[in-house]
Amino acid sequence: MGVYAEGFAEAVRLLISLDPEVYDIVLRTLRVSTTATVVSVLLGVPLGTYLALHRFAGRQLTLSLVYLGMGFPPTVVGLVTWLTLARYGPLGFLGLLYSQTAMIIAQAIIATPIVAGFTVAAIQSVNPKIRLQILALGASRGQFLWLIWREARLGLLAAIIAGFGGVISEVGASMMVGGNIAGMTRVMTTAIVLEVSKGKFELATALSIILLAISFIITGALTYLQQRGRQPA
Amino acid sequence: MYLKKVLALIIALALVAAFAAGCGGQAADQARKEPQQQAAEPEVKDVILATTTSTVDSGLLDVLVPEFEKQTGYKVKTISVGTGQALEMGKKGEADVLLVHAPASEKELVDAGVGIDYTLVMHNDFIIVGPENDPAGIKNAKTSPKALMQIASKPVIFVSRGDDSGTHKKELSIWKAAGIEKPSGAWYQSTGAGMGQTLQVASEKQGYTLTDRATYLAQKANLKLAVLKEGDKSLLNIYHVMAVNPEKFEKVNYEGAKAFVDFMVAPETQKMIGEFGKDKFGQSLFVPDAGKNEADLG
Repeated sequence: MGVYAEGFAEAVRLLISLDPEVYDIVLRTLRVSTTATVVSVLLGVPLGTYLALHRFAGRQLTLSLVYLGMGFPPTVVGLVTWLTLARYGPLGFLGLLYSQTAMIIAQAIIATPIVAGFTVAAIQSVNPKIRLQILALGASRGQFLWLIWREARLGLLAAIIAGFGGVISEVGASMMVGGNIAGMTRVMTTAIVLEVSKGKFELATALSIILLAISFIITGALTYLQQRGRQPA
Repeated sequence: MYLKKVLALIIALALVAAFAAGCGGQAADQARKEPQQQAAEPEVKDVILATTTSTVDSGLLDVLVPEFEKQTGYKVKTISVGTGQALEMGKKGEADVLLVHAPASEKELVDAGVGIDYTLVMHNDFIIVGPENDPAGIKNAKTSPKALMQIASKPVIFVSRGDDSGTHKKELSIWKAAGIEKPSGAWYQSTGAGMGQTLQVASEKQGYTLTDRATYLAQKANLKLAVLKEGDKSLLNIYHVMAVNPEKFEKVNYEGAKAFVDFMVAPETQKMIGEFGKDKFGQSLFVPDAGKNEADLG
């Protein structure tokens, strides 16, 4: 138990002392993961909506690819992103490897299928009669989408929560394409790996506790939004 | 309508995130620009340094890199990998400068004209560590190959990094000297991880392992392992720095790489290397070697 107690004490100490390095890492983690989540929502929600509402050739295949992507190993995404962004890779001219942008790209690739998959499920679970009713009332395309998303909001928030949870806890891809560079691309998870490899278990435990606390606060806030006024009687 | 509020909030969050990302970028840019006021503005600021985990895990680069950045205005991107991967990054032109410790493998790069400005920087030594009661009795072995032979013949565990790092290469060369071309079996466990983690595994399983002294000293407090074999000439751990040849890879930031090579052998830096670790461990972790001949070490 000793190491947990010490880790907890260290976490509290780091937070109270406003340790600049830790705050820097926390803010960077939030910035990278939130941006990646936003990108994945901007891509995944329209994709999922389209898949849920349209029939077209290859729809089943696309859908299975999305579901495959939901469980895609982040390290594989990391490797592919690394090879693509490397200096002498296809997109090497952009000079993005070992930057926060590279991390956001890799994380967005990981989260987009998750968001899209949850979106498909959320929209398909809306009673089809409601769709017909909305259309029968003469809604425009925009109004239709708005109302459908409104109906599916519980599932859509679950999509965002799952996407965010997927990227903030991710380490393999972030390590590969970010490089874990101090002050630039070091985030909570990669910092934890580094501290463990240095044998600094107290600091690693402290960082883990802070990471868990942050994830909890954010998913908790999203859950509150999701569940407001919906508690079972 | 709380729904609208929810959506408004999501949009607001998205905007905040985008804004934060933008701001962060700017702040980082500014932070990067500041040191340049002290030095001439380098054209390409980023220098990618591929190096071994030992220089990072020991904390040496945490001391040297900020000093280099302050002096020159370059921004170093330190990528800490095994020496094997670092050399591979050099071969592909994905790194600008390498700080590594596997002289035999380094020679290939230098001979191929990929590694230039190849310079001896420092050394420390490898040690064989293991359970304090030394069940294989290697303490009395005359040489390190003999020590490994004893480990192989006794019912004890040897933990190898198995990651093609400089330490792993050194380990294999000693096995070879002991007449064991490819150690294998349940007693030979390969972690595929960095030195720090491999030491943890060896400590937990009470096995033997070969480690660089710097990483061992840095972690000693967390380990149940004792130094059992040291001081052999074959256990020398020699670090070289080299730039990647810009004639082979045009995207290499040679100016920055050369500046780093020069920095590593500058008298001031060499002094810092020699002092590093003394306050914390009571002994220095690295011996500065700039200008010396590799054959004279030991």
